[in-house]
Amino acid sequence: MSNQKNTFVFNKENEIRAKEILLKYPTDRRQSAIMPLLDLAQRQNENWLSRDIVEYVADYLEMPFIKAWEVVTFYSMYYTKYNGKYLVQVCGTTPCWLRGSDQVIKACKEVISPEPNTVSSDGLFSWMQVECLGACVNAPLVQINDDYYEDLTYDTTKNVLQSLIDGSPLSIGSQSGRKSSKAVS
Amino acid sequence: MLKEKDKIFTNLFGDEPFHLKNAQARGDWDNTKELIKKGREWIIDEMKKSELRGRGGAGFPTGLKWSFMPKDSKLTNYLVVNADESEPGTCKDRDMIRNEPHKLIEGCLLASFAMNAHTCYIYIRGEYFNEAVVLQKAIDEAYDAGLIGKNAAKSGWDFDIFLHRGAGAYICGEETALLESLEGKKGQPRLKPPFPANKGLYGSPTTVNNVETIAVVPTILRRGGEWFSSFGRPKNTGTKVFCISGHVNNPCNIEEEMSIPLRELIEKHAGGVTGGWDNLKAVIPGGSSVPLIPKSTCDTVLMDFDSLSAVKSGLGTAAVIVMDKSTDLVKAISKLSHFYKHESCGQCTPCREGTGWMWRMMEKIGNGHASSNDIDKLLDVTKQIEGHTICALGDAAAWPIQGLFRHFRDEIEEQLKKTEAA
Repeated sequence: MSNQKNTFVFNKENEIRAKEILLKYPTDRRQSAIMPLLDLAQRQNENWLSRDIVEYVADYLEMPFIKAWEVVTFYSMYYTKYNGKYLVQVCGTTPCWLRGSDQVIKACKEVISPEPNTVSSDGLFSWMQVECLGACVNAPLVQINDDYYEDLTYDTTKNVLQSLIDGSPLSIGSQSGRKSSKAVS
Repeated sequence: MLKEKDKIFTNLFGDEPFHLKNAQARGDWDNTKELIKKGREWIIDEMKKSELRGRGGAGFPTGLKWSFMPKDSKLTNYLVVNADESEPGTCKDRDMIRNEPHKLIEGCLLASFAMNAHTCYIYIRGEYFNEAVVLQKAIDEAYDAGLIGKNAAKSGWDFDIFLHRGAGAYICGEETALLESLEGKKGQPRLKPPFPANKGLYGSPTTVNNVETIAVVPTILRRGGEWFSSFGRPKNTGTKVFCISGHVNNPCNIEEEMSIPLRELIEKHAGGVTGGWDNLKAVIPGGSSVPLIPKSTCDTVLMDFDSLSAVKSGLGTAAVIVMDKSTDLVKAISKLSHFYKHESCGQCTPCREGTGWMWRMMEKIGNGHASSNDIDKLLDVTKQIEGHTICALGDAAAWPIQGLFRHFRDEIEEQLKKTEAA
């Protein structure tokens, strides 16, 4: 949790977006917008949420803070600490494991940090193991911020991570050269 | 083998753009107004004739489910599309959303009209960010072209679609947890009854359907329920998108005829098991929640609801996870136990406490520090969880373990004895 004071407000762009999001739900059901609004706030704050930000969003939706905090802690995609510019999430569930996710984790340990949930010394990234990302026929894979990198090996994982270090991220999707989930023939 | 002309998802792999004009060239949105003009009864009747069973895992007949929606309710009816695809092994909806979004959107209009709903929410898992971007673009295209919105497709029916992104919780794929989540709460399943058809989203009548279930609707209505039911076996009809992952030469998604033999599915489309068919150890045929089946069963089993349930497994989401002889099966299932432990919502004690306990026991067995008694105790605990929770997550955590020991107990006990002797 941060020592940040209540200074967070949606920037102009996000203020407009928040209003648009609220239009999706009945006017007496503002709480329905909690997930998209937390997402918006998180994106505005380097991909993490402090208590103060959650208070701001709860107030925005006229709901009790604790109800908002319950949502933050229930779902895995809200972060209550900074995870670096890039958050590398390695899927380790059975379909990925069968195809070598241990090798992907090995590459992350070597390039990013030996321990998960630890921001690399240059502040660039951290990694963590997650459960099924839902792209199992392109296993193993990682999610880096919003993007999937699929059909990985130890070497191609290293390439992807190196491309982040170099500041020119590789194109997303399969790293084995195939298209989407079509069988290679 | 399913002929190209009978495939519903002709752009499953994104060979062409997803955009409206490309989708229309593929036959989507072709005179949708005429389908609506035929009326509610006709639509539901065609769906019943098609014998389509829900594609999200439970396999409930879709036409019947739709007919449960109250016809003269004073409340607002809702259609909610479950795009929270998170069942390990499953990634079919992802391809439909990113490459065939207009099939889904048109299906939403037709299904909503049939159920007297003017509003539809699509709940997509948060991790599918790029897929959500594509789907939103497709929704915007449909609005701009007047296909949805006021007087949708000039049918006289007003219809809105809203996209809602989740934030990482497998349990939100359970329909009532999904509704809780959509209402801005923790995704914890509700006690049923009341069922969503009576009291769903915001207390209003609601039907929750899987992406694939809705995306096949326009084609079924255009080509006829009887066309769809001509594929597969009675009560197990239609075409189906299978996801083939794990130890195969070419993992892939593929649309095939329901009831295709498992062996044919793997050999024709996924390049076969690594090291050949005889190198096969076991298959999880329907996503992580269904029990595995050993090779001897895989030799002959058909991929449909009834044949897989006859061998004490299930079609589930039709996600085929293949494991060859190099697989440490205890470890493979233990990883699923870890998954369920992580994803338990914490509401019911047997699941909250039991999933963690089962995972620790599975790890103990995997490490070789367990006895035959431990296996008995573990199986007993699976029975204490199964059927004793609000939703099916507890069952889903118990079944893979039961399946493992049903078929491989002797082998695992032998391994334990060897470890003990060493």
